Amino acid sequence: MKLDPAIRDQVLATVPSLRAFAISLCGNIDRADDLVQETLLRALAHIDSFEPGTNMPAWLFTILRNLFRSEYRKRRREVEDADGRYAETLKSHPDQTGRVEFEEFRAALAKLPADQREALILVGASGFSYDDAAAICGCAVGTIKSRVNRARTRLADLLAIDSVDDFGPDRATRAVLAGGGRN
Amino acid sequence: MKHRKTNVEPVEPAGEKPEHQESMTRPAKPEARLGREVQARIGQQLRAMYNDVVNQGVPQHLADLVRRLSDGDQDQV
Repeated sequence: MKLDPAIRDQVLATVPSLRAFAISLCGNIDRADDLVQETLLRALAHIDSFEPGTNMPAWLFTILRNLFRSEYRKRRREVEDADGRYAETLKSHPDQTGRVEFEEFRAALAKLPADQREALILVGASGFSYDDAAAICGCAVGTIKSRVNRARTRLADLLAIDSVDDFGPDRATRAVLAGGGRN
Repeated sequence: MKHRKTNVEPVEPAGEKPEHQESMTRPAKPEARLGREVQARIGQQLRAMYNDVVNQGVPQHLADLVRRLSDGDQDQV
């Protein structure tokens, strides 16, 4: 059976953000790509259950999350070991933030409880609505809202962001010193 | 035709706030102490990290996989 090219393109277009979400769950790019591959296999084998016109990213994210959850139960320890190794998965750090600041952020994010991190990423990075995020996670909208709020509060605590001054010259200077300078 | 409520604020039944307003006005909750700028900063870093992966695009082996499966080779993977 040939797949409608429009549907195929929707699937392909979602792959980059599926990978980003998978890495945030796994903390490891190889496992993330395995997870994405498994998700695509599963999704295309059951493409009939996708209703054209509905939210393809949300559908694929739901499959990926469910696969991760069932695998997570089996390989709990391994997953926890992999937690926090986000940096290794990235080819480069974002230009607009200092290396140190980026590392701090990444480390703080890894300290969040998994359900809070997941909710924050779905809403704050993937750009899903609270409703879609709730559907993906199989929970109530209020639960997602509360997880996102707790995640933000905890991140701010971990990063000790109390004022805008933290992003001023002092912090930049520290970043440069710790990074050995940029020139 | 009568004008309906053109010059008045939309009336909302008490205790029935639309959900989308909740995130914009949450005065008494603890998380309100997180300033707008702090939240913006966290959001910015989060998206920067996420987009770093998104911008890597579709790895060739995954693109090949999708194309192969789309052509109906589901049993041969």
